[in-house]
Amino acid sequence: MLCDDCHKNEAHIHIRQVSPEGSFDKNLCEECAAKYGGFSGQPGTGNLTVNDLLRGIFGSLPRQKAEEETAVPGLACPNCGMTYQDFARSGKIGCGVCYDTFREQLAPLLTRIHGSSTHSGKIPRRSGGVLVTRHEIAVLKEKLAAAVKREEYEKAAQYRDEIRALEQQLAAEKKEASDHAGQ
Amino acid sequence: MPVNDLYRDYRLSWFGQPGESSDVVLMSRVRLSRNFARLPFPNRADMKQLAAVQSMASSVFSDIETAAGQEFDAVGLDGLTELERRVLEEKDLISESMLESTQYRSAYISADRRVSILVNEEDHLRIQCMAPGLDLTTPFETASRIDDAIEAKLDMAFDERMGYLTSGPTNLGTGLRAEVFMHLPGLAYTRNMNSVASTAQQLGILVQGIGSKDNETPGSFFAAMNQMTLGYTEASILENLAGAVKEIIAHERRARKALLLYSKDRLEDAVWRAYGILRYARSLDEKEIVELVSKVRLGIDLGLLDELPPEACADLLLASRSEYIKNLSGSENLSPPEIDRQRAAMVRRVLADHGREGIT
Repeated sequence: MLCDDCHKNEAHIHIRQVSPEGSFDKNLCEECAAKYGGFSGQPGTGNLTVNDLLRGIFGSLPRQKAEEETAVPGLACPNCGMTYQDFARSGKIGCGVCYDTFREQLAPLLTRIHGSSTHSGKIPRRSGGVLVTRHEIAVLKEKLAAAVKREEYEKAAQYRDEIRALEQQLAAEKKEASDHAGQ
Repeated sequence: MPVNDLYRDYRLSWFGQPGESSDVVLMSRVRLSRNFARLPFPNRADMKQLAAVQSMASSVFSDIETAAGQEFDAVGLDGLTELERRVLEEKDLISESMLESTQYRSAYISADRRVSILVNEEDHLRIQCMAPGLDLTTPFETASRIDDAIEAKLDMAFDERMGYLTSGPTNLGTGLRAEVFMHLPGLAYTRNMNSVASTAQQLGILVQGIGSKDNETPGSFFAAMNQMTLGYTEASILENLAGAVKEIIAHERRARKALLLYSKDRLEDAVWRAYGILRYARSLDEKEIVELVSKVRLGIDLGLLDELPPEACADLLLASRSEYIKNLSGSENLSPPEIDRQRAAMVRRVLADHGREGIT
């Protein structure tokens, strides 16, 4: 269909102008439509959201891969009922449990977005008592390796002792937890 | 502070105040996305679950006040008029997505208006803290204190490997989004913005024009934000962003110096013309005013114009927004020419508030 105004370009935009005299409809090309001005939804970067980008990422998946995903029917989050297709459509996760349910499918995507799929930031003290300790150990181990590299052996020994203390603490916490479970 | 001021007053007390590098940086903002354990995220939650989230949030309301060291207003969005919601959105105190669905959505807004906690936005909680100039540390520390206070009472959705779980996978991990809003006329006039944006991209930082359409950014206002939230510590995310922003600031100042050196006469003329239009125009549209304020602000920063303090520019930007003007006039159906007329009048009022006596 050609543009109603210039009769040259392909019409991509449909406008309806409403005035006291009545309304009229037109099919226009982008160029002519711009002359009517004041309408939103122009193609361009202005309205691009993160979700559009995410959908773009899915869109670029090879066909075969998309079929593989649909080939896991029945895989839905036990907590909120989200399926992977729901996610692919909306770019939004349903609940915390979804991340566990779709862990495998999400990992490559997370690596693409963030360049990493492992958290190394803040840990909530309340839901993550053991995690906090484990994280502290990991940080100390890094410091230890760095100290050894710089040949600062006194510091290294200090880190080593701290790590040992934390590891003992961790073992005690675990034992306590399993004792609780046993009762 | 009466809540009503939020919709009637054009000023945000902190916005436009002097801060680090405030000749280039308007404000810094830090946002933490958090969800309560087990409950579905707002996009999949039913009314009952949204209500549960809201009552959990209000159960820690006083803890939030203690952590932030000030009082908050709890604003339920379905109790507001459409215009009032839009005014809050213009002031960045709520988000665009909260304009559509309002049930069980609320915003806790601090007395100094620097903190706004969104309940049932894209995530159960979004803790946003703002500061004038380049300052990511203060807002981050405030947000962390509030986060700690909430988390001391309630379980958060967290995974050992993936960190804080969020409704969008782009916020996963730290849930930290830090943004710096900058005025970059020097880099824009010297056509350097594309290379700045692409260099920043390589550092994992997104630089975007504010309010831009069709590749043109009115007034050369840009925002820089971190793209990655997973796999980095909060400190390194903030450091990386602040480092890149400092680099951009240095380039911007150099570009301004070059402009001053090579085309001072033209620049001075443009600045004073813009000031003249602001003072005497009888009709101004939203885009035009942003461009004029940008020029005037550049003139102030370069010492070409001394009739106005720099804070006036921030006030002008807030006072000239369409929804604010509509709300002030009490009419949702103001025609665009009428808005533009009232906007010009508002600009004169703000200039009179800031300027010398006798300007009307």
